[in-house]
Amino acid sequence: MIRVVLPAHLRALARINGEVELAVTGPVTQRSILDALENRYPVLRGTIRDHDGGPRRAFIRFFACELDLSHDQPDALLPAAVVTGAEPYLIVGAMAGG
Amino acid sequence: MSGVRVLVGTRKGAFILTSDGRRERWEVSGPHFAGWEIYHVKGSPADPDRLFASQSSSWSGQVIQRSDDGGVTWEPVGNRFSYDGAPGTHQWYDGTPHPWEFARVWHLEPSLDDPDTVYAGVEDAGLFRSTDGGRQWTELSTLRCHDSGPSWQPGAGGMCLHTLLLDPAEPGRMFAAISAAGAFRSDDAGQTWRPVNRGLQSEGIPDPDAEVGHCVHRLAMHPARPNVLYMQKHWDVMRSDDAGESWHEVSGDLPTDFGFPIDVHAHEPDTVYVVPITSDAEHFPPEGKLRVYRSRTGGDEWEPLTRGLPQEHCYVNVLRDAMAVDSLDSCGVYFGTTGGQVYASADAGDNWAPIVRDLPAVLSVEVQTLS
Repeated sequence: MIRVVLPAHLRALARINGEVELAVTGPVTQRSILDALENRYPVLRGTIRDHDGGPRRAFIRFFACELDLSHDQPDALLPAAVVTGAEPYLIVGAMAGG
Repeated sequence: MSGVRVLVGTRKGAFILTSDGRRERWEVSGPHFAGWEIYHVKGSPADPDRLFASQSSSWSGQVIQRSDDGGVTWEPVGNRFSYDGAPGTHQWYDGTPHPWEFARVWHLEPSLDDPDTVYAGVEDAGLFRSTDGGRQWTELSTLRCHDSGPSWQPGAGGMCLHTLLLDPAEPGRMFAAISAAGAFRSDDAGQTWRPVNRGLQSEGIPDPDAEVGHCVHRLAMHPARPNVLYMQKHWDVMRSDDAGESWHEVSGDLPTDFGFPIDVHAHEPDTVYVVPITSDAEHFPPEGKLRVYRSRTGGDEWEPLTRGLPQEHCYVNVLRDAMAVDSLDSCGVYFGTTGGQVYASADAGDNWAPIVRDLPAVLSVEVQTLS
């Protein structure tokens, strides 16, 4: 299972406690994870990336395995540790504002 | 027993303040949607238990929330605001063309008679409508696509459609106001629009009496006399007696005619309220004294209302959507400040008291009168 960690505001919006565990069929990429996440929680559509799988919102970042994946191609394969669930895929609100 | 429900949008969540008809003791609930900016919360006149809230953040964009039980529970509904067709461009701050980009919903205006229909005024300026309780939104694009659209330019706060007034006497007539384009009127439920800015004078634009380009801050209407409109412009308080066809200035003896909100007494169409702010450069009350000004003559002659309001060291602002009135026999007047206070007067402005003092900066205040 893929483990996904969301920022607090989005956990509250989607009424999620803790991590999300997702089964992803096919190649595990940022796009396939976000597709699966939005399918389970439609309220998240438009809050992480634009509707219809559009680009990442400017103040959202994607981290995993101590790497910043925010600027990677959405269809690039993710590290094996994310695929096996050893490491979570982190969706993070960028540090901004006060 | 009658009562009131005050709906407060703030920089960090929504709050609901309720009281009985005496308006002396208040219950406060919130923050709802803690941490999110709540630009506006408004109830349906057709079903007071149905509320709509505009929830947004720079991180996660726009969410529309709906309550069907007066704000006890909420459900996220539709958040997809797609401009109709190729959106084209408006002017950017430097005068270059800039693509229309959706940023947020500033104002929600529920239909007067259908609880499932609600309008949304958005930034970049556009008007959307939902007929299914907020789940799906369709742009009424002829407003944005008006011939003058490419010349519209944002004000300092962004290029927003912040005011929508629905005429209760003329079905299909509505008024919209955009910063900084001006006021527009539709007589066919939003299918066609035309600017209604004749008489406005704005020194901050190249042609002071241009057809469009004016920074209208707020419009107000009394439902019993909808042909009379009041306007707080960037500078100048204005009045129209012909549904926006022409305007004349009624700033009269105000200490300054810069400000944001304007509203009308629930039972007296000639009683109007404004909150003067020092200037465009100093968005706080003159002399550090928070004064609401009331005209009982439809403008020109104004009296300061100060009893219960801070009269020294007060440097808050009152934003355009942050004043409202109830319709109890003794009209209540309410406003919220950027300092987090929500003040209420149960006697049409003669006496004021804070309901709450320490909320986040208040963006909007609406009132529902409950029977």
